[in-house]
Amino acid sequence: MSMNLELRVWRQKNPHAKGYFVSYQAKNISPDMSFLEMLDVVNEDLISNNQDPIAFESDCREGICGACALVINGVAHGPERGTTACQLHMRHFNDGETIVVEPWRAKAFAPIKDLVADRSAFDRIMQAGGFVSVNTGSAPDANTVLISKTYADLAFDAAACIGCGACVAACKNASAMLFVGAKVSQYAHLPQGQPEHKFRVQAMVMKMDEEGFGSCTNTQECEAVCPKQISTRVITELNREFLRTYL
Amino acid sequence: MILDAKIPSGPLPDKWNNYKNASKPINPANKRKYHIIVVGTGLAGASAAASLGELGFRVSTFCFQDSPRRAHSIAAQGGINAAKNYRNDGDSVHRLFYDTIKGGDFRAREANVYRLAQLSGNIIDQCVAQGVPFAREYGGLLDNRSFGGSLVSRTFYARGQTGQQLMLGAYGALNRQIAAGNVKSHPRSEMQDLIMVDGHAKGIVVRNLVTGVMTAHTGDAVVLATGGYGPVFYLSTNAVGCNVTATYRAFKQGALFANPCYTQIHPTCIPQHGNHQSKLTLMSESLRNDGRVWVPKQKDDKRSPQQIPEAERDYYLERKYPSYGNLAPRDIASRAAKLVCDEGRGVGPGGRGVFLDFSDAITRLGKDVIFARYSNLFHMYQKITAEDPFEVPMRIYPASHYTMGGLWVDYELMSTIPGLFVLGEANFSDHGANRLGASALMQGLADGYFVLPNTISGYLNQIKPNSIKDNDSKCKQTAIDAADYVHRLMSIQGRHSPDFFHRELGKIMWNDCGMTRTEKSLQNALAQIPQLRDQFWKDVRVTGTDLEMNPVLEKALRVADFLEFAELLCHDALQRRESCGGHFREEFQTEDGEAKRNDDEFCYVAAWQYQGASQKPELHKEPLQFENIALAQRSYQ
Repeated sequence: MSMNLELRVWRQKNPHAKGYFVSYQAKNISPDMSFLEMLDVVNEDLISNNQDPIAFESDCREGICGACALVINGVAHGPERGTTACQLHMRHFNDGETIVVEPWRAKAFAPIKDLVADRSAFDRIMQAGGFVSVNTGSAPDANTVLISKTYADLAFDAAACIGCGACVAACKNASAMLFVGAKVSQYAHLPQGQPEHKFRVQAMVMKMDEEGFGSCTNTQECEAVCPKQISTRVITELNREFLRTYL
Repeated sequence: MILDAKIPSGPLPDKWNNYKNASKPINPANKRKYHIIVVGTGLAGASAAASLGELGFRVSTFCFQDSPRRAHSIAAQGGINAAKNYRNDGDSVHRLFYDTIKGGDFRAREANVYRLAQLSGNIIDQCVAQGVPFAREYGGLLDNRSFGGSLVSRTFYARGQTGQQLMLGAYGALNRQIAAGNVKSHPRSEMQDLIMVDGHAKGIVVRNLVTGVMTAHTGDAVVLATGGYGPVFYLSTNAVGCNVTATYRAFKQGALFANPCYTQIHPTCIPQHGNHQSKLTLMSESLRNDGRVWVPKQKDDKRSPQQIPEAERDYYLERKYPSYGNLAPRDIASRAAKLVCDEGRGVGPGGRGVFLDFSDAITRLGKDVIFARYSNLFHMYQKITAEDPFEVPMRIYPASHYTMGGLWVDYELMSTIPGLFVLGEANFSDHGANRLGASALMQGLADGYFVLPNTISGYLNQIKPNSIKDNDSKCKQTAIDAADYVHRLMSIQGRHSPDFFHRELGKIMWNDCGMTRTEKSLQNALAQIPQLRDQFWKDVRVTGTDLEMNPVLEKALRVADFLEFAELLCHDALQRRESCGGHFREEFQTEDGEAKRNDDEFCYVAAWQYQGASQKPELHKEPLQFENIALAQRSYQ
């Protein structure tokens, strides 16, 4: 029960070259393969024909490292909710279907090659303030500070972000508010996050703007494509926390 | 060669303090003068780089991923052990130490493991202070769960994403030091070689994975935190980028490689489904807290699991190991699964699978409780298999997961090359022949946060800082050699992709040096690997050019090293004529089919020294001395 598919894939030799779509045939694809394993098969074919295989990123292939970044049929990470491209299986496609594959597109995510984009802006936002300043060795006993399970769970829900950038890729404004909000929300719900609250929120928001990410206009496409289904409540919280720094 | 582990004097509980008291710190004003290179930014690398930066050293980090946060530590699911005794169930530093030594089948150093157990509590404190959202109880205190190989509940967790949360904590600490200017981060940079000057590690050559350019980076010490070599079996639970290159190149430069045959095959992974599969997915061991492992009593039973009545099911772990039951350690649970499948009682396509059944726990605790504990794991399982574990039992099978072997290090975590330190999974030091669940995160963070920052001064005090520049002739030559090696690979222009050779190597290793090994199978592997390697160097095809982003070239470079390293692994497995932990030689087993150690002849660390291309490496032995615990047949019955 194998499938044959037509792929239309964005190819771009380097950051300065012009990109274009190229069609490929993906033959004898098992419905149990992941989307990336399907691309592996296409690439094996390209290599055996002495052609440059399609560059795309992946590492853990179990939905947690955040490396894979494909827009599939116009949707970041493809049609399945709460799923990274590496965990998307071919059983969700039909035999004979044409599938369009593109990279993340955003001003702040410059293209590198084919389906690979530069997401280092996310690292720089985190460097601006996405941490608690605690040197190794200076921590009190872990059970000294009680944290209500409710707040610990809220913090965890936000902390589940894998930094893939689908939220930016899906947003018509290429806004990074879901990504930034997730980190801000995690610390806002924890006592450990309070001392540096003002510095953190302002520094991260400033960096986000400086890197060229857009503003949020509440379309909520980010939540719809987020593989960890992070709620846009973190954007509300980011706005609240940002205002709170001026109180 | 005499392998001096530099174990400090004094009684076991005092050794680490004695070591620290005897060490000479570096003047804070002088720390800026030292530049330390850290390769790998997982738990061990990120925590080490951040902590060294906090101390005032200048640090550069390198990782092949596009961001330090993506290192494969991020995928660890179940939890992290710590001897906090928050449960009042009798846990202690000594108990964690003993469980770890016993779990490793008495093939690890007492002093290292004791230090690990002593530091375990500090790790939890540190991570909580960083804002890591560990699971909590309604009263606001930290929650714990149980893991294999232990009778106490000492595992701290953050749903099924503990590794991710600890990783992001360490990434945050690293980011803070990058922002402070103490650490310089080099993502998309893969180490190709170690720069050696007068017998000391003085830097590395890296390939920029975007431009393909080779550059030399010098430092006063080099820290490898580059993970394990699980993908030597091709399919494993590791990320597809995980590789042995950094540690293997260090081996070729003279660092001894210890116990490569100690490989961990994890019992609970989603079974293989086809030939184009790129990886196997782990289902956390924590599932064995509530899931019961079984197969049908009859052979070739094709009924669906619900149709098989209770009396016709064999809960073989509970039957064979009544006191540990489903929480038997990984090596034992894996072999037991292989055994029942070899008997023809395996389930699912190809008969290579066993059931992990939650129906009793769902009846006892309710669906909501099970959902809260394992929702992300159930979700992941359903994504991959299109089956709902709430409705039908999971099917699982063992897969390559973790490697206990690694570069030999002394108590200070320094390898046999002065100035080369090795942390986390990349070293061999703490897990013996088998690692217990939730101990990898513990070791990676202990090494990075607490051990290395206290031991590196011992070496740095002996050398003059900044003695070599990036444009030194030795650096230039190492970079030229690395580029030549790339050109050699690219010029072959053969017929097969690097993946083709990797898959072939995986078949050899899994069949002949996998969950069980024999003298014959190992000799077979040792005959086949050099042939495959020759074929690779005649017939591999690398498309594109070297001076661009080229994933095929990256893969070819990694596979070339696996093809050499695999032989080292088999040499080690062949010389160790005993069974212990993850190394099971069929010739050496008890009447019950358990691993039979030979303490008289093999109670040592096997450390191998490179002797040149295609030459058999030379074996050196570090005897293991057990002064505080008695060697015993490992029993979980």
